[in-house]
Amino acid sequence: MMLLAAESSASLALLPALIIVPLVTALVIALLPASRSEYLKLTALFGSSIAGALSVYLLKAFDEADGGLQFVVREDWVQSLGLSWFFAVDGISLFLVVLTGLLFPIAILAAEPHHDPKAYYLWLMVLMAGSFGVFMALDLLLFFLFFEIVLVPMYFLIGGWGHGRRIYAALKFFLYTMAGSALMLVGIVALAVLTARSTGQRITFDVTVLAEAQALSTNAQRLVFLAFALAFAVKVPLFPLHTWLPDAHTEAPTAGSVILAGVMLKLGTYGYIRFGVYLFPQVAKELAPLFLTLAVIGIVYGAIAATMQTDLKRLVAYSSVAHMGFIVLGIFVLNTQGMEGAILQMVNHGLSTGALFIMVGWIYERRHTREIAELGGLQKSAPIFAAGFTWIMLSSIGLPGLNGFVGEFLILLGGFEGARWWTVVAVSGVILAALYLLWAYQRVFHGPADGPNVGFPELRFSEGLVLLPLLALIVFLGIYPKPVLERIEPAVDRLLVHVEDNVDGFERPEPDAPTQRAGVEQLTNALESGSHESGESDESGESHEGED
Amino acid sequence: MLQTPSIEWSLLWPVVILALGGALLITFTSLFPQARTRSIPAGVTAVLAVGAMATLPSMWSRLDELPGRRATVVAGALAIDSFTIFVTAVICLSVFLAALLLDDYLQREGLDGPEWYVLLLLSAAGAVILASAEDLIVTFVGLEVMSIAVYVLAALHLRRSESQEAGFKYFILGALSSAIFLYGIALAYGATGSTSLSAMRDALTMTNERGLTPSQDSSMILVAMALMLVGFGFKVSAVPFQVWTPDVYEGSPTPVVAFMASAVKVAGFAALARVFIVAFGHLADDWRPVLGAMAVVSVVVGSFLAVVQTNVKRMLAFSSISHAGFMLIGVHAGGSGSAETSMLGIRALLFYMIAYTLLVAGTFAVATVAGGTGDNDHSLDDYRGLAHERPVLAAALVLFLLGQAGVPFTAGFFAKFGVIVAAVRGEEYVIAGAAMVGAVVGAFLYLRIIVSVFLDTESDADDEMDEDPDPAGGSVARPVLRRVAPATTVAIAVAVLGTLALGVFPDLLRTALDEGAQALSELR
Repeated sequence: MMLLAAESSASLALLPALIIVPLVTALVIALLPASRSEYLKLTALFGSSIAGALSVYLLKAFDEADGGLQFVVREDWVQSLGLSWFFAVDGISLFLVVLTGLLFPIAILAAEPHHDPKAYYLWLMVLMAGSFGVFMALDLLLFFLFFEIVLVPMYFLIGGWGHGRRIYAALKFFLYTMAGSALMLVGIVALAVLTARSTGQRITFDVTVLAEAQALSTNAQRLVFLAFALAFAVKVPLFPLHTWLPDAHTEAPTAGSVILAGVMLKLGTYGYIRFGVYLFPQVAKELAPLFLTLAVIGIVYGAIAATMQTDLKRLVAYSSVAHMGFIVLGIFVLNTQGMEGAILQMVNHGLSTGALFIMVGWIYERRHTREIAELGGLQKSAPIFAAGFTWIMLSSIGLPGLNGFVGEFLILLGGFEGARWWTVVAVSGVILAALYLLWAYQRVFHGPADGPNVGFPELRFSEGLVLLPLLALIVFLGIYPKPVLERIEPAVDRLLVHVEDNVDGFERPEPDAPTQRAGVEQLTNALESGSHESGESDESGESHEGED
Repeated sequence: MLQTPSIEWSLLWPVVILALGGALLITFTSLFPQARTRSIPAGVTAVLAVGAMATLPSMWSRLDELPGRRATVVAGALAIDSFTIFVTAVICLSVFLAALLLDDYLQREGLDGPEWYVLLLLSAAGAVILASAEDLIVTFVGLEVMSIAVYVLAALHLRRSESQEAGFKYFILGALSSAIFLYGIALAYGATGSTSLSAMRDALTMTNERGLTPSQDSSMILVAMALMLVGFGFKVSAVPFQVWTPDVYEGSPTPVVAFMASAVKVAGFAALARVFIVAFGHLADDWRPVLGAMAVVSVVVGSFLAVVQTNVKRMLAFSSISHAGFMLIGVHAGGSGSAETSMLGIRALLFYMIAYTLLVAGTFAVATVAGGTGDNDHSLDDYRGLAHERPVLAAALVLFLLGQAGVPFTAGFFAKFGVIVAAVRGEEYVIAGAAMVGAVVGAFLYLRIIVSVFLDTESDADDEMDEDPDPAGGSVARPVLRRVAPATTVAIAVAVLGTLALGVFPDLLRTALDEGAQALSELR
């Protein structure tokens, strides 16, 4: 009940509004007559922007010093099952909610459906509502409902508006995720039932209650945790379960890829933090080496696989596998820097990979191919387009000064303290990222333009406007991540204190500075002094080399 | 003079309305042939179903005056309790939906005749009797009344040889299973000296002169239970007694399948639960493992075999096998020694019944329309482009299929969830896990249908006739075949609303479910 005590009193009906606004928009879209199809996009944009604006307002209203749940809304829903509408955000989920609010309007602006716009925008709006719900649900079963329901709109988006083998990709996406989460439902029920039995209270799926109770035997915890972990591992995706991702991301329409990479992959890593580490600290600690290993394999494997790709979109998709590996690494080192870095990196990955998918989508629109071999010399006729791409690519590589660096640096810093050898291997992923992205960049944008690549259309003004907020955020988070980290840190600390309290003989390796702002300070120092710590020197050195 | 039992008619209204209504309907339409055509018989049937349902609330309130909230009527033949009332409501719902579907179907196929509706009503009356039977002989009577009418209905599309074949297969296998079931009753009588469920329950706990209970004394009661399980297994199409299901579902007229898959199964499950939980509750340790195995195998086999099918009705037949597995898990939990697990199990079973009825009747309602004249166009290829032609119909189908897959915010989710909760509560983690994995395979089957209906639009290019891409412009290809009659629309709308309402507010039925589960659970 510790978290409940810290509930913010200034709870508005903000969170439900985030779900209701897109749903109402979906309803309006459904009711728009077919003859008014020109209003479809406008309606979708309007609705998603309102929801986006509300999510940004959340940032302002958020009490940064409070690591507990804020904006708590709790209404009984299905009393006989103990299910309630329990929504709240804390520092862990806040930025994921905002990211969702930002990416949807951008994705809607960035690409148009080639047919049947009504259903397309309808599904997008349903997806937006579901995505908000999944990050805000603090009732375990409610989380599961949203976790599953977002599959449906995404399935239709990939299957209906995708490319090439879209139906295969959509099926694979749906079934992989559903198969992963099948056992999670059993795990959720087992957790709730066993907890209720041991505490003697009514059955509840309230995450805070379940986490504080810690009522399961270690063995039961292990099994339930593994059931959860499997579902999240598919979603992240972790190494052996990643094969749905390249298909789904490549065949999805641009908006689908943006949302998949930017929002839906985060369900897995967010799940690990909120429902893995928080609910089962003991087992998470115990099994951390397993996840660290899978994460590192994912980092190296994803990077190597990305290098080998001939399709630009597939390359970006595989780079996601590597990036998500970093995030999992950061989570399972179980210290402040690692976890903070992981959360920040979730946002960073959403921004940079989302933007990459948008630009790859535009290349495809102009050239009707994504084969790297068929592209070349695009920067001759489209220098601004190339500059935008470079900007985003460098963020994805982790160039200091851009957002990717901050997240990766924190993860590696935390990793070096908590899981040294894994981190040593993971650093190679940073180098490989520079390799595959810069190499791809060279092949696509440099060199002589031939054939249809001559006269590649320049970035349009409207496209620039779509890109602008992403580019601005990439820089902002790169040079001044403090406001974000400040809001993440109290929640992370609170979570890690919870881990400490519940794991026998686990002392969080305290950073040198005993203050709460340890991560931020260390990072600020590092940035200011331009020190040559392991992560940074590798990255900057490599990226300069590559650029030449 | 023959002594007849005194009968409390007020508790028998549903059976009376359904059976007597059917008899009057055939009499009336024989006397006035002009009433045979048009929609009069369908309307009468729907009204009778609603009428039967309308008597249930008064029966419900009548229960409050009775000791133990239950009564046995007709000399202990039928048990009227909350469980019976709930199941009766589900059966009436199924009759209502099937009657609405039949109307358009018969007009389209050029088959007229009130005998369809009469058989439907008689079968439903049998189903209600089966669900409420308190005596094994009455169980058998109900089973036969229900089944024989359905055998005929399956074969009643006289111009389709598949329909004849379906009726024939159903009858032969059904008769065999009835015989086995009857033999089980005979053995159970031999072992316990009674056919009344409560008397059997008491007899099973009593010891004879050698200090042994009937089950300890001889294995006769175990054989009896096994034989009866075979009979019920056939009716609810649980593996390994499911072989008839795909053929019969494929061949029978689609609206009849809607009834067969819902009401017949629901009544079968109600009787199975009542007989095994009430009469054989003390032997739960003997029958539960078998039932649990059947449940898991049904879910898994039903899902896996469905995947390789290409005919939608066959696919749905296999999916109904997998649903039967889920409901068996509910019965399995219902037989648990723990009162709470038992409650949860029966409650889950009841919720599954109504959710399943809505989903499956809705699905077959769409299939009725999509099948076209002749009721033959049920291959996946035939379903292509349905979304083009009838976007709203296709959307309804998608909802029903997703509901059957157990996607959240549909009744199907809470149906499966309830069953899983009951299984986990009974610490049957293997059953729960296996069922969920089976459900994922099942999801693949539903997605295949959805792909055909919704996504696979490039095949439209092959369809020379279908050149108009705008659904608003009216379909050129099959303007007549896929007409959606008003009655069908009503049926689909009811199913859609029910699916969504129970998917968002499953507590709407809370009291009914709780009391229904209590009624059976406390009799153990």
